Amino acid sequence: MFLLQIYVFVLAAFLGFQIIGRVPPLLHTPLMAATNAISGISLVGSLVAAGGGHGTLASFLGFLAVASATTNVIGGFLITDRMLGMFKRDEDKVKNDEAAKPAEDTERPS
Amino acid sequence: MNETFIQLAYIASSVLFILGLRSLTRPDQARRGMRLAALGMLVAIVATLAHQQIVDYRWIAGGLVVGVIAGYPLGMWVPMTAMPQRIAMALSLGALAATLVGVAEYYTRIHEATGLGRGTAIALGFEVMLGALTVTGASVAFLKLQELITGRPVTYRGQNVVTGILVVVLLSLFGMLIARPDNTFAFYGLIAVAAIFGVQLVMPIGGADMPVVVALLNSYAGLAAAATGFALNNNILIICGALDGASGFILSLLMSKAMNRSFRNIIFGAFGSGPTALAVDATGDRTVRSLSVEDAAIQLAYAQLVVVVPGYGMAVAQAQHQVRELAELIERNGGEVKYAVHPVAGRMPGHMNVLLAEANIAYDRMYDMEEINADFERVDVVLVIGANDVVNPAARSDPSSPIFGMPILDADKAKSVIVMKRGMAAGFAGIENALFYAPRTSMLFGDAKATLTKLIGEIKAM
Repeated sequence: MFLLQIYVFVLAAFLGFQIIGRVPPLLHTPLMAATNAISGISLVGSLVAAGGGHGTLASFLGFLAVASATTNVIGGFLITDRMLGMFKRDEDKVKNDEAAKPAEDTERPS
Repeated sequence: MNETFIQLAYIASSVLFILGLRSLTRPDQARRGMRLAALGMLVAIVATLAHQQIVDYRWIAGGLVVGVIAGYPLGMWVPMTAMPQRIAMALSLGALAATLVGVAEYYTRIHEATGLGRGTAIALGFEVMLGALTVTGASVAFLKLQELITGRPVTYRGQNVVTGILVVVLLSLFGMLIARPDNTFAFYGLIAVAAIFGVQLVMPIGGADMPVVVALLNSYAGLAAAATGFALNNNILIICGALDGASGFILSLLMSKAMNRSFRNIIFGAFGSGPTALAVDATGDRTVRSLSVEDAAIQLAYAQLVVVVPGYGMAVAQAQHQVRELAELIERNGGEVKYAVHPVAGRMPGHMNVLLAEANIAYDRMYDMEEINADFERVDVVLVIGANDVVNPAARSDPSSPIFGMPILDADKAKSVIVMKRGMAAGFAGIENALFYAPRTSMLFGDAKATLTKLIGEIKAM
């Protein structure tokens, strides 16, 4: 069992190094937000702890864990999406400015 | 059957997570990719709710509701300028979840006599130790970044001795836990001491070193999640923890490389704690030329190629929107504007890019250090906004400088340099910046936002 877990860990870490080493510095902040959101997966452990029926203390700890992990999942994915939405290329910008960009800070004098 | 279904769902989720992370290598695909990852999360959660060990949904429902209510504003309303502290807070919360799961698991196994093997005890020990130190460490980082406590390094005599003692205590408690997995004193003691250790680790670290620390804590939080997976025998936790840990580790390596400093130096070195003899060529005849807004406006309006070097000062002044407005004016006059971003500019990896993107600046105008350094000789005007150490040529030329060897943006090679700065105070590292005294450099003193606004008005009036 343990060896199998080590396998999974090592391969996943290796994959992580391969992929994340190629993320450009441009997106390093979204990357941190994204890995944060994904590490909210500890929610699956929290759910079992909170709903396992192992007494009030364990359930309460589980409840707190579910609350913090859910906060990270919801907040993390939302903020990653918001941030990535801001990264535009020049040509996208021209399109967006002309089309459906409501005046937030696009009060450019023309 | 049920178990098979859950495992299949977890495999699907893992694939979606990996696709999501891979999409971050391509800015134009990143958003769609991360939505796939969010879908993966939903799949994993729904599948877990069908788990047969779950017998009571009341606590779960409560936790989910609280999490959604707290998470939504943290995702939608936190301004981009607050990103560094937002990330630190998320690290703290994530580690808290992992730690609490570890405690709940340990408590259940001890009290329900379901047995606690040595392997599980080791995994739980790692989980709560890394978790607890990340909770407090990231909290201190949050307080520093939010400026609720000083961002300067907090040091005291014998600090490294205390750190050493804490490490020894942690190791002994861990040893006790391995020797007797049901030793509750060792388990809970491990949590308490690790929590103190987290504070001890981050307090001495100053603001400009935060990118490394935040990345390092990210790595710890990932490892804590992976340890949870080992303890609960849950592969998806192991996979996500490993990915997260790898990401944090790579980022901290990149950051410390960009500062030309080792981990050990950052964590135990507390820059500026001992004033090093820096008076190398501080021979009184160095003068600084200051420039009027009018002259700067003329220079910028007629420049062919302008490179903006943003730094933490731009973030503090929240001047990114004015930067964009100025750039648009320069472009209207026929010039070209590029942005040169140093890897450690700001308070976290990629900080400047997010701020510039927020101001609606296209990402194909932003250049990494390696991409743009060769171009500086062709640049008419470099506009340094609130950056200091990352453009200090002493890093290239002065072996006695504390930042010697650090890769910098070669702004000094440009035809002219305008430095926007609040005053003549030295940078974070407390080092004189030779660029400010260079013959081609002129200083434009004042708050970045106010000065930029004046510049914009001046160019418009021309």
